Amino acid sequence: MSTPKDLKFSETDEWIKVKGNSALIGITDFAQSQLSDIVYIEYELDVDDDFEKDETVATIESVKAAADIHAPVSGTILEINEALIDNPEHLNEDPYGSWLFKISIDDPSEVDALMDAETYDRFCEDRGN
Amino acid sequence: MAEPTIYEISSSGRTGFQFHKPDVPCAEIPAELKRDELPFPEVSEVDVIRHFTRLSQLNYAIDLGIYPLGSCTMKYNPRINEEMARLPGFAMTHPLQPLDTIQGNLALIYQLQEWLKEISGFAGVTLQPAAGAQGEFVGGLIMRAYHRSHNDLKRTKILVPDSAHGTNPATSSMSGFEVVNVPSDSRGNIDLEKLKAICDDCVAGLMLTNPNTLGLFEEHLQEVIDIIHQKGGLVYGDGANFNALLGVIKPGEVGFDIMHFNLHKTFSTPHGGGGPGSGPVAVSKKLVDFLPAPIVGIIEEGNDETPPLYGFITPETSIGRMKAFYGNFGILVRAFTYIAMHGATGLRKIAENAVLNANYLKMLLGNAYNIPYNRKCMHEFVAEGFWNDAPGIHALDVAKRMMDYGVHPPTNYFPLIVKEALMIEPTETESKQEIEHFAEILKTIAQEAHHSPDLLHTAPHHTPIGRLDEVKAAKDLVLCCWIPPEE
Repeated sequence: MSTPKDLKFSETDEWIKVKGNSALIGITDFAQSQLSDIVYIEYELDVDDDFEKDETVATIESVKAAADIHAPVSGTILEINEALIDNPEHLNEDPYGSWLFKISIDDPSEVDALMDAETYDRFCEDRGN
Repeated sequence: MAEPTIYEISSSGRTGFQFHKPDVPCAEIPAELKRDELPFPEVSEVDVIRHFTRLSQLNYAIDLGIYPLGSCTMKYNPRINEEMARLPGFAMTHPLQPLDTIQGNLALIYQLQEWLKEISGFAGVTLQPAAGAQGEFVGGLIMRAYHRSHNDLKRTKILVPDSAHGTNPATSSMSGFEVVNVPSDSRGNIDLEKLKAICDDCVAGLMLTNPNTLGLFEEHLQEVIDIIHQKGGLVYGDGANFNALLGVIKPGEVGFDIMHFNLHKTFSTPHGGGGPGSGPVAVSKKLVDFLPAPIVGIIEEGNDETPPLYGFITPETSIGRMKAFYGNFGILVRAFTYIAMHGATGLRKIAENAVLNANYLKMLLGNAYNIPYNRKCMHEFVAEGFWNDAPGIHALDVAKRMMDYGVHPPTNYFPLIVKEALMIEPTETESKQEIEHFAEILKTIAQEAHHSPDLLHTAPHHTPIGRLDEVKAAKDLVLCCWIPPEE
């Protein structure tokens, strides 16, 4: 799967797609392939909750492991994708089309500091993928 | 082959048991506690015997063959343990009996406390915790109580290596601490520089499994312990892998402050579904007063004619009681028997053979599997269950294929720092021939992965039930064998 060029990426394998002042957050194709079949998602935050960069915002469980999802930037939750609660497998099927949170961003410079698609692909290769 | 559930065997009106005519007055059960419908299966004794015998024949157990689950130490459970635990003097006692009628039980608990202290080099032991994770929880609470007793309230963090068992962060969190992850270095040790950078005076302690879950001895053990101690923290030893060190190293003497034992691993008491477990906790001298109550002690010294009088003691600043009564007593009898049967030199032999077996197996595998962090291992090692030139094969496929050869697969997908991990712990139980047979199976599967990958993808083929749908098993939970009719 090719890595979308319009997204930015964290070292903990989350993606962020910025649209004006708000953004969508999800997990990368690498993350879902490492986890394998995802069976459960638990949102740690509610709408209007503030969070710091790197804070755990959700937990995802697959048949292999449980993984914390970290906020790639600081901000506030605007919307939660509740459809994923009943159909977490969407994260496997379409990782870049399945967002977890819609957020507002506190500090746009935090987005600039994240990796672009090319850098992220190299980052994944270096980890032996 | 599906064996029906016992509810499906049920036939209306069939019975296998009759209550005795009561020899005491009968009480009327209050109407509000009665139910019209309570669907017990109606079966005869032979129905039950056949059902469970058939189920037991579908099962795999250490009594049938190698059970190499990494970090689980699935060693053989000697029959003499069972014989001792069934002695009526142990099996028929009640925890509420007067103390003077259970002196034998207390003497056994006392002696086991003493032996575990001697084996681990610590000053005090509680046998209460029901299993390893509860032992860790006790450790967390003792760390908290210790720092509080010094009015040192700023210590909110516990450090946990990234190779740790999941119970370490879970129990730290449950004890009220924030968990901070410590990365491993390229040799599979704790990354010393990162540890130094993270460790400050807000650290309550470090939880360290040694050897770690890669089966590797921490090469900078003394430095790691010193870094934590210099900042005023405590070092907790997760005893899950103590089988590798039995009789060789005493953790209490190299600077650990607390540790738990897994009697159901190291000391051969039944494991998993055959449990219950048991997770005694040992502590250094400065922490003895925080141990959970009660501890068995000598209330009155004995002499040549009279044995000592044993009783319960509550440590001065005890964190309290962790479990009803006195731990899983029947399990303590088994562990006591195991230690008594082996003696000091025998215990050391256990560790030596466990380490020898793991290294022999690793050597036999040669290049068939990639082994990251490849240095001399302790009681277990971690191989990768995938090959770049065998696309689409995962550790799970290797594990499932092993079942076709009549052996239990190793732990897979743990530790998380190894991709497609196969974590293999043969234990000292297996003979040289068994280890060689097991290595041949693994090597055959590595070849099949390259030449006949479908054999792995669709495995197991020769078991009573084929490949299970793990996603459905995780998402569609049916936890009772009888589903109530909808009202």
